[in-house]
Amino acid sequence: MPEAVEFRPRTPLPERQDVWWRRPLDESGLRLRERVSAAYTAVYCTPLIAAGVILLALEPLLVPVALVSWLHAWVIPELFAHRGARVVKPLPARAGDGGGPERAARGFLADLLGHRERELQATSGLALARAGLGVWLVGEAGALLVRPGGQRVHCFCARATDPALPRSDRIAHLLLALRQDEVGFATVANHAFAGASWRVRRRLELVQRPALAAARELSRL
Amino acid sequence: MARLVRLDHSGHTELAEWSAGDRLSYERAAELFQDQLGVGYMGVAKLADDSYEQVKELPADVDLVMLRRPIAGG
Repeated sequence: MPEAVEFRPRTPLPERQDVWWRRPLDESGLRLRERVSAAYTAVYCTPLIAAGVILLALEPLLVPVALVSWLHAWVIPELFAHRGARVVKPLPARAGDGGGPERAARGFLADLLGHRERELQATSGLALARAGLGVWLVGEAGALLVRPGGQRVHCFCARATDPALPRSDRIAHLLLALRQDEVGFATVANHAFAGASWRVRRRLELVQRPALAAARELSRL
Repeated sequence: MARLVRLDHSGHTELAEWSAGDRLSYERAAELFQDQLGVGYMGVAKLADDSYEQVKELPADVDLVMLRRPIAGG
């Protein structure tokens, strides 16, 4: 009988050492990012909305200019959300996609997921995982975190360092790292966006939207 | 039988199997595991309660140990 190897529960993700200067992105860190993001949007948009109102008050014929100003106020948060949603955009097709390695990787990824999550991943390309900070949707090169209540979403950019891995293996790498150390995963990944889930939803591919709906539903339980 | 699986370009490769009562198979798997850590893979054990832990030595009493590459911010 081999000797038992001692586990050290909650061992931090080793990749944290590569970003030693970052503070762990935990519950309070996420809340801070949400507030900063909301403030940032307000700072950008309020002057544009106000400018439109002032222009109209000064001269009603300036309606087109006011509309352009309001359009800017609408577009800026949309651009931020677009940048966020891009983290789960499927990577460009490569030679060999769908071949034997990808089929093997898909089978392995399916083993890491429950029945419902497996079906959702097959149709949306996103692996759903519930954890302490919320409900995660993990893609090939990033992940979305739907916060409890389903109103706010954080977007994280992260990838497996081997670029030649099959698509499903890339997801499996991120999923394993997330399950090992959720705060570590959020810290290592680059934070791309925090904002309203409806904004992110509009920027997702059509096939990915049911995954976000499922994550929001789960986050409300 | 416990399995040592590497996530690689082929999808995944089963490197070794061992059982708790077979010291020889475990030692062979443990040696392979250390070789893989040496070339940059990281060991992740799936525990009985469905949680996952980073391991630097091959645990004898789990069903599945995976070897993965590091991740980084995109």
